[in-house]
Amino acid sequence: MSAPPAWTRTLRAMAALAVDPGGLGGLTLRARAGPVRQTAEAALAKLPGPQRRIHPEISDTQLFGGLNIAASLAEGRMVRDPGLAETPGLLILPMAERCSAGLAARLGQLLDAGKGHALVMLDEGAEPEEAAPDSLLDRLAFHLDLSGLHWAQVAATLPAPAEIDAARARRASLSLPETSLATLTVLAAQFGIDSLRAPILALAAARALAALDGAGIVTEAHVTEAAELVYPARATQRPEAPEEDSDKEDTPDTDTEEEKDDTATDPGAELPDEMLIDAVAALLPDGLLDRVAARTRARGALSGGGAGARRRGNRHGRPLPARPGHPDGRARIDVIATLRAAAPWQGLRAGRGGTRITIHPADIRLRRYEDRSDRLVIFIVDASGSAAMARLAEAKGAVELLLGQAYSRRDHVALVAFRGTGAETLLPPTRSLVQAKRRLAALPGGGGTPLAAGLQEAAALCEQARRRGLTPAFALLTDGRANVALDGSSGRDTARRDAERTAALLAGQARQGCVIDTAPRPGREAAALAGHLAVDCITLPRADAQRLSGAIDTALGGA
Amino acid sequence: MTTPFPFSAIVGQDQMKLAMVLTAIDPGIGGVLVFGDRGTGKSTAVRALAALLPPVTAVRGCPVNSERLEDCPDWADIRDPDLIDRPTPVVDLPLGVTEDRVTGALDIERALTQGEKAFEPGLLARANRGYLYIDEVNLLEDHIVDLLLDVAQSGVNAVEREGLSIRHAARFVLVGSGNPEEGELRPQLLDRFGLSVEVTSPDTIEDRVEVIRRRSAYETETDTFLAHWQAEDAALRDRILAARAALAGVATPEDILRDCANLSLALGTDGLRGELTLLRAARALAAHDGAAAITRDQLRTIAPLALGHRLRRDPLDEAGSAARVTRAVSDVLG
Repeated sequence: MSAPPAWTRTLRAMAALAVDPGGLGGLTLRARAGPVRQTAEAALAKLPGPQRRIHPEISDTQLFGGLNIAASLAEGRMVRDPGLAETPGLLILPMAERCSAGLAARLGQLLDAGKGHALVMLDEGAEPEEAAPDSLLDRLAFHLDLSGLHWAQVAATLPAPAEIDAARARRASLSLPETSLATLTVLAAQFGIDSLRAPILALAAARALAALDGAGIVTEAHVTEAAELVYPARATQRPEAPEEDSDKEDTPDTDTEEEKDDTATDPGAELPDEMLIDAVAALLPDGLLDRVAARTRARGALSGGGAGARRRGNRHGRPLPARPGHPDGRARIDVIATLRAAAPWQGLRAGRGGTRITIHPADIRLRRYEDRSDRLVIFIVDASGSAAMARLAEAKGAVELLLGQAYSRRDHVALVAFRGTGAETLLPPTRSLVQAKRRLAALPGGGGTPLAAGLQEAAALCEQARRRGLTPAFALLTDGRANVALDGSSGRDTARRDAERTAALLAGQARQGCVIDTAPRPGREAAALAGHLAVDCITLPRADAQRLSGAIDTALGGA
Repeated sequence: MTTPFPFSAIVGQDQMKLAMVLTAIDPGIGGVLVFGDRGTGKSTAVRALAALLPPVTAVRGCPVNSERLEDCPDWADIRDPDLIDRPTPVVDLPLGVTEDRVTGALDIERALTQGEKAFEPGLLARANRGYLYIDEVNLLEDHIVDLLLDVAQSGVNAVEREGLSIRHAARFVLVGSGNPEEGELRPQLLDRFGLSVEVTSPDTIEDRVEVIRRRSAYETETDTFLAHWQAEDAALRDRILAARAALAGVATPEDILRDCANLSLALGTDGLRGELTLLRAARALAAHDGAAAITRDQLRTIAPLALGHRLRRDPLDEAGSAARVTRAVSDVLG
């Protein structure tokens, strides 16, 4: 029984990684839990060298080392625990699709430090959007996909450790033909791979493979095999034959477009062998462009994860009683509470420790804070024309009602109105009822419908709110019939296009929201707008402030 | 692999290299932000910078690298006026760093063993008169960013915690790198960086092949490769030193001041920091070029770096800030 080619490649990649872990960075295995992945993990376990399993929630103390409080207290001097980063080895990260950007950056720095670490990511993502962080994928040489393999076809057969040691020794004296450098680089450019790490990794892979085979020189076959292993998963375009230019518009990325032009116009660079291109192209995953698009989407949704999105709740906010715990670098020690916890025992401990205060690790108390991420509800109100005037009064009433409950619900409220040629933030995020009432009373109505301007203003508010750690949500009250464009000119078509673009902007800023169709006769426009904003559309031809605030409450999922 | 990849051996990326060299000539420019895609050599360049910089003279044993004995903080209790040369500090600020590591904190060891209240200096103390490097700066936790903002602004690190009340000088060049796809930077922090550069992969095949060739040589024939490029680094270091000496003598013509102001007005940058940085960086560039006075050529080169990140962001403008600056430069300077 011969193994399927995908499995053969997996084993070759693992063997190459064993030969040069520092140079290749590691590999990522995309597979759901099951017998095939178990066999792959069994194969991994056979690789020589230390291996450590980490998890996506690993703390920095575990990873990079930190103060060992227990030992420090016992010995009366600083005792540091070594972290996993101190000893080079293979780090295995299961559930890699749940790895946060922060951990990815830390692991990336670890790989870049050149201490000989390698990382194996086990990616269990089911959807194309669920994938390990790009910053790590870029640093790992091999991207392997095990889906579609049957467990009966796979077996964990790897070269013996002695062979791998021999290959490591051989690798240093390998000679490398100059042409393979150019071949790999040009090939990467043809597949639209922008990162220069890819050819560097492919080169390292070719050398490791040649060393495994006991060759004295890196041959064409090794270069081909390395390209087959490293490039397909990174490709963003199919290389085209020189004579046909028809599928050029297939590539969504302008950068790679330029890249391709350079290859085409550059006579100095030798084009790699057709056979080599075909070999890599045959391994390109199906639906390449769909995947590229999906990744771009996912990235858009995740962007801005740096500030305010997640609250750890132990540095800011209202103090809570201190809790016993193990300091791991995330929380601070509450010195007073720790001393208080240790105080009753001093009489007993004095016999051993002399006159000094004796503190045991179990006495340590950590500070805790309560910090719920407050929500900001932005009302975006269409104050145009006379028909909207009635709705304006309702919106005012609803804002007042929500503000009245704001303290217990931890909601902040803001109000954006658009009319005439522009939009205005009438009420910046606030929980102050008095201020809100005063501003609301003076809100005028009438004029055109600059929907895009309103959405843009709201998006800017959302961004500010997120920076301050609030979670923005919006309630848009409009009939959706935009007739004033962003630049203030009138015209339904440009106005609609602008509104669609700004809607995408707002949808990226706020996840929660609802559109309330305020037209006397509900039409398609508001529903279409809700589609662009990726939220629900509520039709409320007639409502009072009570019902409006209730509907918004339901749409936004309660407090 | 202890020796970093040599600075001069980095292919292309001229803007990024220029920005870093300028901060070495005049640290007052206030830092470099490098934003770009993965695999474009951002981290490589910063790590290489440490090996390139000329040494600083500091009081022996001073935790904040003071130049003179009078400048040493009193808590350090230094009596010996000996001066030594030490490499310019390039301090790495890791992402998961805790507040006490950054600002310094109570020295637990001395507190526990001797019952003394002593200060253990943190990364900010070590970075004084040198560089503070933050990789993936856009992923830095908010409370650390707040700390840095305050210190980068005042040049003084004030520690008020655990019963300590201590301050020391913390003037450093902030170098940050990151990938904008993974998160954006707060405008307040953005403003603290004097220069910003956007890096992309080299776009010709020759350059790309050259990158791979040098990298491969660095990994396989490390010694010969380093011997060659470290000589280049030394030549660059000499140029930096010469430019530092020439810096004070560079004249600033009146109409250049006017050009700076006009450029900032045309671009609508917030505050006056844009003009000031533009002028300082242009002066450093003139010293680097060996010119006697700042000319419009220098302004033209520097403007995208000094002003690009200070524009009010227009979320729907796809052209990017670099293009807007170039447009304004050609409008104002002709």
